[in-house]
Amino acid sequence: MSGRSAIVLENVSFSYNRHPVIEDASLALHEHQVAAVVGPNGGGKTTLLKLVLGLLTPSRGSVRVLDRSAGEARSLVGYMPQHAHLDPKFPIRVTDVVLMGRIGHSLPFWSYSRLDKAVAERLLRDLHMWEYRNTHFSELSGGQRQRVLIARALATEPELLLLDEPTAGLDFAFEAEFSEMLKRLSEHLTVVLVSHDLGFVAKYVNTVVCVNRKVVVHPTADITGSVVDELYGESMKLVRHDLFSSTGVAPCMNS
Amino acid sequence: MYEFLIDLQRHAFLQHALAAGILASVASGVVGTFVVVKRISYLAGGIAHSVLAGLGAAVYLRESGYWPGLDPLYGAVVAALSAAVVIGIVSIRAKEREDTIIGALWAVGMATGILFIAQTPGYNTDLMSYLFGNILMVSRQNLWLIFWLDALVLALTVLFYNQFLAVCFDSEFAQLRGLRVQAFYILLLCITALTVVVLTTAVGIVLVIALLTLPAAIAGAYCKTMRSMMILSALLCTVFTTSGLVLSYKPDFPAGATTILVAGIVYLGVMVVRSVRSRFPLTDHESATGGR
Repeated sequence: MSGRSAIVLENVSFSYNRHPVIEDASLALHEHQVAAVVGPNGGGKTTLLKLVLGLLTPSRGSVRVLDRSAGEARSLVGYMPQHAHLDPKFPIRVTDVVLMGRIGHSLPFWSYSRLDKAVAERLLRDLHMWEYRNTHFSELSGGQRQRVLIARALATEPELLLLDEPTAGLDFAFEAEFSEMLKRLSEHLTVVLVSHDLGFVAKYVNTVVCVNRKVVVHPTADITGSVVDELYGESMKLVRHDLFSSTGVAPCMNS
Repeated sequence: MYEFLIDLQRHAFLQHALAAGILASVASGVVGTFVVVKRISYLAGGIAHSVLAGLGAAVYLRESGYWPGLDPLYGAVVAALSAAVVIGIVSIRAKEREDTIIGALWAVGMATGILFIAQTPGYNTDLMSYLFGNILMVSRQNLWLIFWLDALVLALTVLFYNQFLAVCFDSEFAQLRGLRVQAFYILLLCITALTVVVLTTAVGIVLVIALLTLPAAIAGAYCKTMRSMMILSALLCTVFTTSGLVLSYKPDFPAGATTILVAGIVYLGVMVVRSVRSRFPLTDHESATGGR
């Protein structure tokens, strides 16, 4: 395990209009990990990401990212928001979306540099989206948009990659490839992803951060039915998939 | 039509009107695209109506002898830019009450302008042409001001195109990349304000918003990039202002209103055709393959 910490939260609390969203959260993630943030809707997953990005300031406690304050570390963090937060009718081509990740590397007066365009091309090829480079962003499927936004986050050449629900809408064939990519990426950067897909999490991720107002960190192997019960409440029914037994018990939810 | 062409060669006022329409259309196509994709037409409407305060104040200062020779358009520029900055700050700060505050600024701006104009000796002539435009009154001096505003709008857009694109598409991401998104957002509203002033000469305060949004909305139905959308909507806007001028000339209709009606009819037509096509997929398929 390498020395530097990617994310350190110390006794962090945050509330929206006095309504507590995160309470007294402490966690430390080392570099070169793939960590998943899981938890129920409204439990504070996206809030946690935004605290790490410095878009939100904690009401108590401190957030350190890559040994800097969250705001200072921003340029080293690549972020993929949920694509639902974007206007689906916006007139923009796939390439232009990816190039947006290069803002901050160059000041794009007129147009982006040759290097910027080369980076965008490499990422689009890696993610099998090169043939769609001139396609209108709105004509893509949900999974394809996801890939474009992953490419945009990677175009920032980050040391820490934050992905908000990258597995939602990804097709099955791409899922395995995506996990391979995560493995490769984790050789030189840290990946934190929000996911509802516990099957995916159990298979490919080494650390799980459970967020439901409180924040608890588990190694993936420790995720058992009781942990998920505690996290999601009792309404969840767990189905044990022996298919995934190589990583221990992988819980899937049926509500 | 024929009569218009003959008179166009003879009368400077017609040449000025034509030139003003074309210049206004260029800025309108470019900025209207931003307004439509960023969905800020309500903000643009607020800015447009606040312009009356500046026009009214300038007319009052000129006619009462406090500032002889003051071109009301300068008053319009000052009012529009101030409104843009105030509305920009409001929309960044007061997320929930944004529409209420803009609605208030909208009405207060108009009320201020109307009071000034009412206090101006011999006022009646101007109010209607400010509200609904009088492109036939554009002077050579006006034309130069319009030209420079146009040039400024275009220069800023060309220089900061990528920044504006990023702010419009995903301002949160742009902020994370270190872009000063709030500054660019307010700059974008200032460009909108200047464009509104230019358009006011052609169609007047009340009708500005239609000329700003309709061409861009039509172009948006066919364009993949913001750049192409800007070019197409500038062309459409030129067609609308020019045909508005030509069609209104002989029957002596108000040119501004005619322009807006032409734009509205074309917009409606395009939307009807598109919705009919989407209901009959066969036709849609043919047009898709035929269009390539």
